[in-house]
Amino acid sequence: MYQFKFQKAKSVAEAFAGLGKDGDAKLLAGGQSLIAAMKLRLSQPSALIDLGDIAELRHIKVETGTVTIGAMTTHATVAASAEVKKALPALAMLAGSIGDRQVRNQGTIGGSIANNDPAADYPAACLGLGATISTNKRKISADAFFKGMYETALDAGEIIISVSFAIPKRAAYVKFKNPASRFAIVGVLVADFGSSARVAVTGAGPGVFRIAEMEKALAAKFAPESVANIKVPAEGLNSDLHAQADYRAHLITVLAQRAVAAALT
Amino acid sequence: MTKFAIGQTVHRLEDPTLLQGKGCYTDDLRPQGAAHAFVLRSPHAHALIRGIDTTAARQAPGVIAVLTGQDVKADDLGTMPCIVPVKNHDGTPRGETPRPVLALDRARHVGDPVALVVAETYHAARDAAELIEVDYEPLPAVADVYGAAQPGAPLVWPEIKQNIVADLHLGSKEAADAAFARAAHISKIELVQNRLVANPMEPRAAFAEYDPATDRSTLHTSSQSVALLRAHIGDIVLKIGDKLRVRSGNVGGAFGMKAMMHPEQPMIVWASRRLKRAVRWTGDRSEGFLTDVQGRDHKVFAELALDKDGKFLAVRATVYAGMGAYLSQFAPMIPQSVHSMMPSVYAFEAAHLHLIETVTNTVPVDAYRGAGRPEGIYVTERLIDIAARELKIAPDELRRRNFIKPSQFPYTTAAGLVYDSGDFEGLQAKALKEADWAGFPARKAASEARGKLRGIGLTMYVERCGGAAPPDSVALKVNKDRVLVLPGTVDNGQGHMTVLKQLVSEYLGIDMEKIDVSQGDSDANPFGLTGGSRFAVVTGTAAGIAAKEVVDKGMEQAAKMLEAAAADIEYGDGDYKVKGTDRKATLFDVAGAAGGIEALHIKNTGALTFPNGCHIVEVEIDPQTGVTRLERYTIVDDFGRALNPMLLLGQVHGGTVQGIGQALLEHAVYDNESAQLLTGSFMDYAMPRADDVPSFNTTFHHTPCTTNPLGVKGAGEAGSVGAPPAIINAIVDVLHAKKGIKHIDMPATREKVWRALNG
Ligand SMILES: Cc1cc2nc3c(=O)[nH]c(=O)nc-3n(C[C@H](O)[C@H](O)[C@H](O)COP(=O)(O)OP(=O)(O)OC[C@H]3O[C@@H](n4cnc5c(N)ncnc54)[C@H](O)[C@@H]3O)c2cc1C
Repeated sequence: MYQFKFQKAKSVAEAFAGLGKDGDAKLLAGGQSLIAAMKLRLSQPSALIDLGDIAELRHIKVETGTVTIGAMTTHATVAASAEVKKALPALAMLAGSIGDRQVRNQGTIGGSIANNDPAADYPAACLGLGATISTNKRKISADAFFKGMYETALDAGEIIISVSFAIPKRAAYVKFKNPASRFAIVGVLVADFGSSARVAVTGAGPGVFRIAEMEKALAAKFAPESVANIKVPAEGLNSDLHAQADYRAHLITVLAQRAVAAALT
Repeated sequence: MTKFAIGQTVHRLEDPTLLQGKGCYTDDLRPQGAAHAFVLRSPHAHALIRGIDTTAARQAPGVIAVLTGQDVKADDLGTMPCIVPVKNHDGTPRGETPRPVLALDRARHVGDPVALVVAETYHAARDAAELIEVDYEPLPAVADVYGAAQPGAPLVWPEIKQNIVADLHLGSKEAADAAFARAAHISKIELVQNRLVANPMEPRAAFAEYDPATDRSTLHTSSQSVALLRAHIGDIVLKIGDKLRVRSGNVGGAFGMKAMMHPEQPMIVWASRRLKRAVRWTGDRSEGFLTDVQGRDHKVFAELALDKDGKFLAVRATVYAGMGAYLSQFAPMIPQSVHSMMPSVYAFEAAHLHLIETVTNTVPVDAYRGAGRPEGIYVTERLIDIAARELKIAPDELRRRNFIKPSQFPYTTAAGLVYDSGDFEGLQAKALKEADWAGFPARKAASEARGKLRGIGLTMYVERCGGAAPPDSVALKVNKDRVLVLPGTVDNGQGHMTVLKQLVSEYLGIDMEKIDVSQGDSDANPFGLTGGSRFAVVTGTAAGIAAKEVVDKGMEQAAKMLEAAAADIEYGDGDYKVKGTDRKATLFDVAGAAGGIEALHIKNTGALTFPNGCHIVEVEIDPQTGVTRLERYTIVDDFGRALNPMLLLGQVHGGTVQGIGQALLEHAVYDNESAQLLTGSFMDYAMPRADDVPSFNTTFHHTPCTTNPLGVKGAGEAGSVGAPPAIINAIVDVLHAKKGIKHIDMPATREKVWRALNG
């Protein structure tokens, strides 16, 4: 790790001001991505502005039709939340599938989506559940938020405040874990919104994406067989030590069926 | 009750300390004023070093010294030794790979140490290291153990032709060829022994103190043998002899890797002596991946010859064994065990190995749990399954036809080892029963009803343990109220302290609470090495002999105190007693009066032991994803005798989990062109975790070992030998039924299995 300044922000406004003061400052949430990158000397912020003390960023609110989660809410909190489990069990289950206990106790939803790791789980939830991301400046739809590998629509100095998920009729997330890192090699979230459906895929490509053909088929009939014969092209998918693109493409179809089946049970 | 007999389950006395985080590992020693070291490493797999500019680094804040290969040369340090001589089949000696502790003019693998920065803090050292300018001229590199030996491959050492550092034949080629010539059937296999990273929880660490008054250095380091390190560092590299003391505290896992001297150990002592100051270094996980000696790495071509009745005639193999960029201490010896293990538990006429050891631009390879035995057993046990299928003989039946029989002991195998004991047929029968082998078809049908494919795999294994060098020893010291046990071995997490207390408690009839064990100090402990599943066999036996010597030495004093002739005194339950009377003196009274009693046992009988067993595995494969689950896992072992059944099972479980890792998950993958390690962190190198591992059904089928008084055979590596062939045999059971596939290489990852089923 290189030397850096450290500041604990008391409010979002204070954090924003801190970012403005120092061009190379970064927000610190759970530190599960950022601190690791700093320890490897891959990231060299001049200052860290810790969001940990800002109470307004830690909350879970369930209203008609939406579940809203504050940016600093940890994965463990979401996974264990009785309200989330009741309103949107797929989301609690997804949060519970992230990393290990230590990671879940530290890592946050805001940090996860700001980071937009191509193999992260929350981006699939955001895209698959038509989420809206609220920042200190505006509201951004998930469809506009994720921009490919580690890139988002966030401007410099923009701070995520919360994420609101639309509550579907039913949803499920199936994650095929990398045996080493336990990130998603492929993760598929399916959601049935009655007249429409969403299918979001993480891990397989350079960023999270939807599959229109599957969504159309599921909107017509929300059943595993609706997607069983929909093949996903391997072009553009990731190929690495753990899975070649064609294997990932094949897994998407398999997992989509399983996710639909899981949503129905 | 504190006197525990041998054979009882005593809970690990180490656990309360270790589980509460109160252990003391090398990195826990943090005295004020110690300087911190950081090692700058080569980012290239192969490069000439044309110059190193350390000017800026030396001027950086907090920097105390920056040392390079030039300083190593100027100080005339010795090179890192490989202590195994090998004669090639043409009579010439094996190649030499002299390795200075810091690379001088050439870096030969990614991670090769190039400069050492010593500073007031770790971060200052690391910051300064970034200011060092190394003028590298990158050279073509080679990573593949087999490719390295092909014409035109880049040379790791210009003086080593075709990268072949040793080329030898083990066993009689003529005898094997003759057997193959009259074989009714020959089965063949080509396979890869995947390269592995040891990954102990505690990384390597070295911390050197210097005492100007005596000009002595003390190296604290995580190790398997303080004595070997003392000799190698003190005598060979630094040439300071006894001016070096080596100590090991708690060791958080080693698996063979920490038996080897690594360059940082002499390097840190050297720096500390130059600076006359304490210097500490602890490797991080990335350095572990890039520099800890690795395991396995073979390319194998093997054949099994059978007669018309399915009797084994001979087994032969050509093995290309990767040594990495430099020959590590024991490296050239490890693959030689492939030959000694190839006959496994069967009666063969001949076994022949053509062993070609190659150097590549990769981390050096050396002993890793099993150290040659898993590699050897895997070859034969895979061949047997292939033969069974080709000959349409059940795999258990084919093995049964060929077992060495109990009546044949002592039995000289085709590789020249003399097995003393075992009941292979009885052991297999027990395992088949424990595994409900007969019930497999029903379970298979049930799996299939759920859309899953089920396979079953069986393997036998045998190991060679105990043995001659180095001698392991135990010193015992008794004073007026306590017994001190000083083993030559170093506990790496096995529970040596518990077992030693148990043994000495029984040998001397003294409460365990009055017994202390102190390990890991080259000034105080006698010679020894933890490794090769030898602790129970060798240290256990040595403790027994030392205990007897203590009793004998006290006899004269006891006779004096009891006013009786020594011949009339017997020893038992901690007392010297005059036979037929109630007159007695305790060992402590006698020792107190004698001013202490000491005994040192350092001889080693050199006797070998042959632990053996059977693993039976049932896998369930999801044909849509290739996910392989281990559904049932049965292990029956013959360890001769259990000193502490709980600790013994701990060894079985740990070894088996490492074997599961090799079979399904672990693989050190190098890029073929650049020789960069692609699996350089836990993000990409998959270690087995709790949910990868089934519950084990373990049983023993002990037949006492006849070559040591305890009757024990050693168990530390057994699981790592049995698991790989059993698991791959089970997976191939499925792949062959569905696709006629003969073999799948380790690790049998989900993607590989999926491709095999869908190709
Ligand atoms: C061992 C391990 C395993 C993991 N496994 C998984 C897994 O299986 N699935 C998965 O999805 N993730 C996994 N992760 C990542 C984990 O989920 C992290 O929590 C997440 O990526 C980052 O969240 P954080 O709160 O730790 O953010 P930090 O690391 O603190 O920050 C990450 C980035 O987000 C920025 N940031 C943080 N908060 C905000 C905000 N409110 N507004 C704007 N920018 C912000 C930071 O400046 C930084 O650039 C794993 C991590 C580890 C260490």
